[in-house]
Amino acid sequence: MTIGIKHFLAAVAVSALTAGAAGAQETPTRGGQLVVALTNTPRVLNPAVQSGIVTGLVGAQLFAAPLRYDEDWTPQPYLAKSWEVSEDGLKVTLFLQEEATFHDGTPITSEDVAFSVDIIKEYHPFKSMFAPVTSVDTPDAHTAVINLSKPHPALMLAMSGQLMSIIPKHIYGDGQDPKNHPRNNEDVVGSGPFKLVEFKPGEHVIMERYEGYWEKDLPYLDRIVARIITDSSARAIALENGEMHMSNFEGEPVLINRLSKVDGLTVTKEGYGGIGPIDWLAMNTTKGPLQDVKVRQAIAYAVDKEFILKALLRGTAAEARTGIHPDSPLYYDGVPAYELDLDKANALLDEAGFPMEGDKRFDITMELVPFPGYKAQAEYIKQALSKVGIMVELKAHPDFPSWAQTMGTMNFDMSLDSVYNWGDPVIGVNRTYMSDNIAKGVWSNTQGYSNPRVDELLEAAATENDTDKRKALYKEFQEIVAEEVPIYFLNAVPMHTIYSDRVGNPPKGIWASSAPMDRMYLKP
Amino acid sequence: MDVLRISATRLFYAIILLLAVLVLNFSLMHMAPGDVADTIAQSMGGADAEILERIREDYGLNEPFIVQLGTYLGKVLRFDLGHSFYYNQPVTTLILQRLPATLLLVFTAQFFALIIGVILGVISARRPNGMLSHFVTFLALFGYAAPVFWTGILLLIAFSLKIQWFPVAGMRDVTLQGGTIERILDVARHLVLPAVTLGSIFLALYSRLSRATMMETLGSDYVRTAKAKGLSEREVVYKHALKNAISPVITLAGLQFSAVISGAVLVETVFAWPGLGTLAFQSILARDTPTILGILFFSALIVIVGNLLTDFILRLVDPRLKARS
Repeated sequence: MTIGIKHFLAAVAVSALTAGAAGAQETPTRGGQLVVALTNTPRVLNPAVQSGIVTGLVGAQLFAAPLRYDEDWTPQPYLAKSWEVSEDGLKVTLFLQEEATFHDGTPITSEDVAFSVDIIKEYHPFKSMFAPVTSVDTPDAHTAVINLSKPHPALMLAMSGQLMSIIPKHIYGDGQDPKNHPRNNEDVVGSGPFKLVEFKPGEHVIMERYEGYWEKDLPYLDRIVARIITDSSARAIALENGEMHMSNFEGEPVLINRLSKVDGLTVTKEGYGGIGPIDWLAMNTTKGPLQDVKVRQAIAYAVDKEFILKALLRGTAAEARTGIHPDSPLYYDGVPAYELDLDKANALLDEAGFPMEGDKRFDITMELVPFPGYKAQAEYIKQALSKVGIMVELKAHPDFPSWAQTMGTMNFDMSLDSVYNWGDPVIGVNRTYMSDNIAKGVWSNTQGYSNPRVDELLEAAATENDTDKRKALYKEFQEIVAEEVPIYFLNAVPMHTIYSDRVGNPPKGIWASSAPMDRMYLKP
Repeated sequence: MDVLRISATRLFYAIILLLAVLVLNFSLMHMAPGDVADTIAQSMGGADAEILERIREDYGLNEPFIVQLGTYLGKVLRFDLGHSFYYNQPVTTLILQRLPATLLLVFTAQFFALIIGVILGVISARRPNGMLSHFVTFLALFGYAAPVFWTGILLLIAFSLKIQWFPVAGMRDVTLQGGTIERILDVARHLVLPAVTLGSIFLALYSRLSRATMMETLGSDYVRTAKAKGLSEREVVYKHALKNAISPVITLAGLQFSAVISGAVLVETVFAWPGLGTLAFQSILARDTPTILGILFFSALIVIVGNLLTDFILRLVDPRLKARS
């Protein structure tokens, strides 16, 4: 990692200007209004205190982060024109763009970076992002030194996308509660390429070019109008008739396949590796037959993943074999794939001491997360498991809190769910497997999974700055988890970006639309 | 004097009912497992126990049920609907922002359904076995049976995608530069499809009912007398019979007001109409108790106002009621 950054420093000045234009054959046109979809109303537009994909789309335009990432997971300069990691990995120094200003014209300084880190550390839900940060030094106005208690490679990804938005100290440092600060949704003074014009909950967010943006000639677009349309069919029709130019996070297989045949629209699943959503079947390893690893393996053998991928998801999703998203460079696919094998499943269940009586071995429940698009998988898994004598009772939940309570109190056998990586495994993967994170609310280690070796590996990987060594640690981790199946991984959630052919430089980095759209443009 | 007493009793019952609605729903929401802290955690992509605890602390969700209920009712009695957990805004502000859009949609849909429904009903009543009558019956049953979101999407495909007459979603074109008249026309264009969709269910009811009452009226003695007097068919139908036939339809329309509002939830979602329906839908999923109760409160008010309006219109239309007052 250190070498990569040094190598990178040499090319910094050039890459900032060329990165965007490199992929495009034509010269971008300046001007125009991009209309994008928001699938829901954001609670808060300030990503320093709120995560999530709708806050991300708007937040990443209004606020700049120190880094941005291209599609092959290489960090690029953004608000930080360059950076250095010390030999011992305990100091990360950011050199800020000198020209950068907030939307009220005040210069963006290292003080603001230090302030933002403080706020995010205190109020952002992802505690592991900045947990090892002890302090931020500000030797001069454009240099910020992040001091760490231990090496923290996850910091690189945590400084990009929507995860580390630089917010103005002179606005948010006035003593009001940052979570409920009145300037989170109104009169937002941001640091990004676009500034807020109007936010009408339930209707739209309108943003326009910030003329004082430090990169001259950028952003290309005059305005971005983000229209809030919760119904996917309505979004699809708006894309088809040209009312809208782009929609992100579209995950319905039928809709994706239909729109990919429409002239003038491009459909891609590139760009979701950073957010990294995975569909999986979680198993409670602390009670009932599922305590036995053989039972869990038998379930994996009895479910035909091919059927789910081909028939239910209609080829729109990539297979997932581990808890790390298949697009991530840390993903390891050499783990057991558990291809359909009913004999093996039956043998394992016999060995585990659950003999077939009639055509039944035991009863089990499966919770169904109330998100669209899980019902078919749940029904299929129920059928598939009945073939090896496991009788599944499906429990559909009317809304999210009811499901979350069942999971958070570990009062379940199995559950179908999707969980997001959020960049580095330290941020979104560890939480599911660390034994010190068992049953503490939603999306923690609700499986009650505990393996000292896994704890050791994840802890070691969290502080390992050497890319290859880190990869090896995560490889072993993925092998163990695949072997012990606290979770049976199904597929990457088939999230897609759908955009009109008029869109130039569509978001292709690892953060999809939760990245700055300063280089996007509209062809005439 | 009598009218006053009746009104006072009605008002009294309305308030009791309103309070019952609030208490009952508050209790129901409380009994369901989980709370808004979970949805907030979900919107954040997960949160640890400490953050969940802090959210519950902030919103007073750790207080005993009876204390929470008391605090809430106390506020309502002071005309304060509280603060939305999920949207982080006063509930009254949230609702007032969206109420006009819903009122516009609901009243337009009702108006459309009533006018067209009665016209279709009368036409088919005059020739109960004609082709037109059968067609109207078919159309009415179809509109009634088809799920409203499906009708909506069908209309979208037909009139926004294939023939691009109307916009797909929203209530206005934010890019529009123009004066008041352009803006009104723009909203009207956006209004057509959602209003027709929502109206389609009720169109069926109204046309069926007006067909039935009209046929009955046309068979009554006074119509025969009017005909015997030598009045033209048209005059008999529209001047004499219709006045009598329409009263039950208007009464039904009044009773349907609550159904129109619940229908609006689906229609608003399909068309991204920025009204109370979308807000209700999202708050229910988010378990945002103050917002849901606030919406119920306002919906009850709309229904009461709708019913009063119905009474008023009935008096205007029905000569018998006019004579009595």
